[in-house]
Amino acid sequence: MNRSITDPAPLRWGLTLLALVFLGLFVALPLAAVFSQALAKGWQAYWAAIREPDALSAIRLTLLVAGIAVLSNLAFGLAAAWAIAKFQFRGKNILVTLIDLPFAVSPVIAGLIYVLVFGARGWFGDWLDAHDVRIVFAVPGIVLATIFVTFPFVARELIPLMQSQGTEEEEAGISLGAGGWQVLYRITLPNVKWSLLYGVILCNARAMGEFGAVSVVSGHIRGQTNTMPLHVEVLYNEYNFAAAFAVASLLAILALVTLAAKSLLEWKMRRVYSELRVEANPEA
Amino acid sequence: MSIEARHITKTFGRFTALRDVSMTVNDGELLALLGPSGSGKTTLLRIIAGLETPDPDPASALLFEGRDVTAEGAGERRVGFVFQHYALFRNMNVFENIAFGLRVRPRKVRPSASAVRDRVRELMALIQLEAFADRYPSQLSGGQRQRVALARALAIEPKVLLLDEPFGALDAKVRQGLRRWLRRLHDTVHVTSLLVTHDQEEALEVADRVVVMNNARIEQTGTPEQLFHHPASEFVMDFMGNVNLFHGRIESGKAVFGPLVLDHSSSGAVEGQTARLFVRPYDLDIRHSSSGAPSLRARVLRIQAAGPQVRVELQAETGEAVVVEMPHNQFRESGIQAGDDVFIGLRDARVFTEDYSI
Repeated sequence: MNRSITDPAPLRWGLTLLALVFLGLFVALPLAAVFSQALAKGWQAYWAAIREPDALSAIRLTLLVAGIAVLSNLAFGLAAAWAIAKFQFRGKNILVTLIDLPFAVSPVIAGLIYVLVFGARGWFGDWLDAHDVRIVFAVPGIVLATIFVTFPFVARELIPLMQSQGTEEEEAGISLGAGGWQVLYRITLPNVKWSLLYGVILCNARAMGEFGAVSVVSGHIRGQTNTMPLHVEVLYNEYNFAAAFAVASLLAILALVTLAAKSLLEWKMRRVYSELRVEANPEA
Repeated sequence: MSIEARHITKTFGRFTALRDVSMTVNDGELLALLGPSGSGKTTLLRIIAGLETPDPDPASALLFEGRDVTAEGAGERRVGFVFQHYALFRNMNVFENIAFGLRVRPRKVRPSASAVRDRVRELMALIQLEAFADRYPSQLSGGQRQRVALARALAIEPKVLLLDEPFGALDAKVRQGLRRWLRRLHDTVHVTSLLVTHDQEEALEVADRVVVMNNARIEQTGTPEQLFHHPASEFVMDFMGNVNLFHGRIESGKAVFGPLVLDHSSSGAVEGQTARLFVRPYDLDIRHSSSGAPSLRARVLRIQAAGPQVRVELQAETGEAVVVEMPHNQFRESGIQAGDDVFIGLRDARVFTEDYSI
């Protein structure tokens, strides 16, 4: 690098230092604090806080909800991206906008929508009550709210990639005699697998960490409708800091794993995208 | 297998891509669909492949060997389609790409793994890429990719091979080589082939017959020789190669272009009608003195002697810019120089009036 076009050394070092201090203060320090607080009363207390029945139930519920949300959004997101990227139809722009809606709406409002629709005094409240179906303040409500909040992740990852890949490979597959499902799992899915996985990881992280929407529909019934984030809040409000941070540390570990997986995928996808560029312009 | 398209019309919203087009491809021939971009040639190819459906019309039909295939899907038609941008499966290597059409067959008619391997080997030998079985499309050059795309299309033993601007994305030299290779391939495989191109040289060199399309219609169908020597319209004449154009009108049964007067009595053109004279650059003579035959005065502007022929640019007395091409030895004998005043004579020319042509 030519020295004359870089900024003076003190400015460069100053800016780098500022960024590092900022990062340390707002990211590294809190993360360290979570683990030090969690282990403040030793490994035994940490272990006990996680093995406690309510905590275990919260972990189980979180895994269940995240599993259902990820699987449904995998299916919805793939279907929506496939439709938007590979076909022309009326109302396509409205569909694209609707997919982004959960990003624009506050999670609390998302939760309230389900209370309004399925709650005791909601539109379907009487009918649900008569048929003894519980949605709000029960697991189905938590699942619905989580699906809503995490809906855009998979679709938004896939749409731009599928659009840039076009439909020629699919057409080639069809003209070679492949059926619709064969085209999907032999051509379309392998071409987007890394982006799909990326979307799933982001979706999963958000599903496990979601607080606002879930908090509204959960009802905070210990051992029944508390997910991990809600359980952390309950413990914290009871001044049981060590236990609260112990459960929180599990979420922090999830965050670190997500970050690592995300970086790995980004590295992988950069290679795939650069191949895409070469193919788009083979004589360059 | 022969293909017949009858009264095919295709519209995309308000845009008409094909307007009542009918054509036939004979069994075993290599036919080129030639036309400028937007003339509808690719749409016609995609309709034959089953990738587009024609506008519903009771008169329209698409026949493969006399059997209507309009209702059949692209996969049922056993058509090999080669795309302009190859459309190779990027997640599969060369072997898997070529084997795809065999491996997706229903279990009952699917060849065994060893039969697939033999067939793919055979095709890789045909495209001279035996050593590239494990390469992915991104690791191949443009010409290699297009050969893989061809082998992949041939793997299903198609009854028809459809090629959409197959060499359009390649550089000139590779294109020339692949063109000849394709012609040789067709002579060995003998599959009915339909090639879409906007390059008239490519169409004339490769095809047995050429269909010239313009503006959603067919302008002319014929052998390369017929199209080149007997173009049916101004468009075909213009599209088949460079031409000089002179404007004039019909006067008492003759076509008059300034001092050039040509007999035009047989066509029944109307008195006073505008006429256009088309002359190929190599059908013009340049002399320093008038030979007595009808000729135009002109001034030599520029001489380009680098190339297989000498190219002389002139300004005619009627105002038109004229290009003449002649062999080098003829040019040396003539002693023409830039700035000379000369006479241009016609060896061969075509006169077109509004709707008629001689």
